[in-house]
Amino acid sequence: MVLEQTKTEDRAAFDEGPLEEILDSFSAQEGAVIPILQRAQQAYGYLPEEALRMISKRTGFSLAQLYGVATFYSQFYLQRRGRHVINICDGTACHVKGAPRLVTTLEEELGIKAGETSPDYRVTLEVVYCLGSCALAPMAVIDGQVYGRLVPEKVLKLVRELD
Amino acid sequence: MTEPIYRANVLVCAGTGCASSGSRSTMAALEAEVQRRGLQNEVRVVETGCRGFCAMGPIVIVYPEGIFYCQVKPEDVEELVEETLVKGRVVSRLVYEVPDTQQAVPLYEQIPFYSKQQRITLRNCGVIDPESIDEYIARGGYEALGKVLQEMTPSQVIDEVKASGLRGRGGAGFLTGLKWQFTAQAAGDIKYVVCNADEGDPGAFMDRSILEGDPHSVIEGMMICGYSVGAHEGYIYCRAEYPLAIKRLHLAIEKAHEYGLMGKDIFGSGFDFELIVKEGAGAFVCGEETALIASVEGRRGEPRPRPPFPANQGLWDRPTNVNNVKSYANVAQIIRNGAEWFSKIGTPKSPGTAIFALTGKVQNTGLIEVPMGITLREIIYDIGGGVPDGKQFKAVQTGGPLGGCLPASGLDLQVDFDSLRAAGAVMGSGGMIVVDEDTCMVEFCKYFLTFATAESCGKCVPCRVGGRRMLELLTRISEGQGTMADIEMIEEIARGMDSDSLCALGQLTPGPVLSALRYFRDEFEAHVLEGRCPAKQCVALTSFYIDPAACKGCGICKRACPVQVIEGDRRMIHIINQDGCIKCGTCQEVCPFDSVIKLSGETIEVPTELIPVGSFGK
Repeated sequence: MVLEQTKTEDRAAFDEGPLEEILDSFSAQEGAVIPILQRAQQAYGYLPEEALRMISKRTGFSLAQLYGVATFYSQFYLQRRGRHVINICDGTACHVKGAPRLVTTLEEELGIKAGETSPDYRVTLEVVYCLGSCALAPMAVIDGQVYGRLVPEKVLKLVRELD
Repeated sequence: MTEPIYRANVLVCAGTGCASSGSRSTMAALEAEVQRRGLQNEVRVVETGCRGFCAMGPIVIVYPEGIFYCQVKPEDVEELVEETLVKGRVVSRLVYEVPDTQQAVPLYEQIPFYSKQQRITLRNCGVIDPESIDEYIARGGYEALGKVLQEMTPSQVIDEVKASGLRGRGGAGFLTGLKWQFTAQAAGDIKYVVCNADEGDPGAFMDRSILEGDPHSVIEGMMICGYSVGAHEGYIYCRAEYPLAIKRLHLAIEKAHEYGLMGKDIFGSGFDFELIVKEGAGAFVCGEETALIASVEGRRGEPRPRPPFPANQGLWDRPTNVNNVKSYANVAQIIRNGAEWFSKIGTPKSPGTAIFALTGKVQNTGLIEVPMGITLREIIYDIGGGVPDGKQFKAVQTGGPLGGCLPASGLDLQVDFDSLRAAGAVMGSGGMIVVDEDTCMVEFCKYFLTFATAESCGKCVPCRVGGRRMLELLTRISEGQGTMADIEMIEEIARGMDSDSLCALGQLTPGPVLSALRYFRDEFEAHVLEGRCPAKQCVALTSFYIDPAACKGCGICKRACPVQVIEGDRRMIHIINQDGCIKCGTCQEVCPFDSVIKLSGETIEVPTELIPVGSFGK
């Protein structure tokens, strides 16, 4: 019931303005689907259904095509995300240096699995493959900030400090 | 231009590695300190790209002497400026020390990590300010483009690149000049040049370092390529995970336009060229050239069968030359110094240098550039400083999740495209991960397969299904449920994937497993036949015990156990109830007396009831 309500609220709150601007700026570009989706996601934090519908209408790409692209690339999200995003790197170097421990520690701390968002939309926890800072393994990116040479205690401290 | 002549340059590495170690605040502190002492007209503080020695970051180098300072924090800055820039002395506590001998090495070129390297592709990285086109030009930048446009015909350029023997640095090692020739000869008025900067291999970050540290070298190489194949438009497909690289590319393109080095009628030659940066959206398979092209076109990044090759039918079905970042970054120097110069570096069949991201269990992690033909031993021990913490070297994994691993017996192998391939590993894009005795090869293979199956685009069956089945078999083995027939089945699936997959992702997915089976078969067999994980890493095959002779009955493990399966009392020998244990290892970590031991395939005798400390076996 609560979920249903949020959904309606979200729908009512969908602001076409930002997307309008994005679509205008890409109107004449060939193959601009991915950049449009990227900018739309930047504007809304994820890709709401309304946004995909509007993009489809304006660009002529079918909704199925857009959905196909949006689900193919790991960068696109169809669900609302948390205010804070934690990316734990599980690239090879991080993996051999203990990244899996960081993941389980945070899963326990936050009560969610990797790839999920906490119900209060505070944090999204993600495991990603290689962020290219292997020399500082194991590392994580929290809200765009890189943290290297992590141990469970250090990552816990960082996450507990998030508001 | 009234820029003062500086008596000293202080180079601060601002690559992603050093930046996350705090180089930005070190840089700010340096600038403030130089200002405070009124030295701003004598000393210049420069933000550079990656120096490669990320483990020691933030790195600061003071020129003209070339004094190399490691892990410089803002609070070290005052002393550094006072001693080195005012009094001309070295701050010994900030100097690099060789880990084993504690010998201090103040000068950059004498540090073992650098002394065996030969920096050609990375020659500007960490030396120039990557946001300044002037510094690139001062180091000979855009000379090659000028030479090409004014003195050479397109076919002469192609001949020169062919004569250099440069092979594609993306991993496959195809002759770059020949690739260019195919595109040049392809029919069509409109052609494209594409740079593959979708560096998705976990454990590789050389492309990022070049783009962040020397973006113009890639741009110049692409323009030379554009001229030789007859293309006027180029695309750089860069991972969105590399925001700094993207920012610097945009800036570099803007500057090149400003200087008349890009755009219409470059150098008055009549040659036009434009460059567009495309951000990837997170799909490993887009590193495959046909998938990359599909992605640039705005579609799902799925590969398609080749032929037709992109040289004939690429971006928007037009002839397209696709090369890796490193390949382009080498081009300008080949033109400037001549094909002969380049072909003399490295080995006859793999000329030039190789860049590796040396990571994992080695002392000195970071980015290195070495001449082809160097041995793995030189890389791992002389440059990398060997395995830390007194552990045993076990294997080195090259070529990322689609590569292979080599055991200690392969350490004297020469590094080049062909010898690595013959040994079951590949050059790949240059990840080099060292693992020690603590890594289980079965688990390691599972890791790579998990990655490869997650990144399989799903278009062709061998890759989509084969990878999954193989992962299931490996999981069974790691849980002690495997049979010898499972190992054979893995090999059979591998053969099918290799011969029948659509693109390199599927063909190479079995690589890590096959090479592990080739060199570490006994380890797989130990899992299957003895239910034992020699590295004690596979959870299902390991158990924790409290050594009754060593337990002091302090109770710390009991309080820390998250599932409360440790029985004990004050001054009593503690016992782990094996049935409920989740094998998290917390008890082992917290025990102050190292009394908790981890075993696989064996057990030890423990008391069956609580008895006082020191009484066991008496």
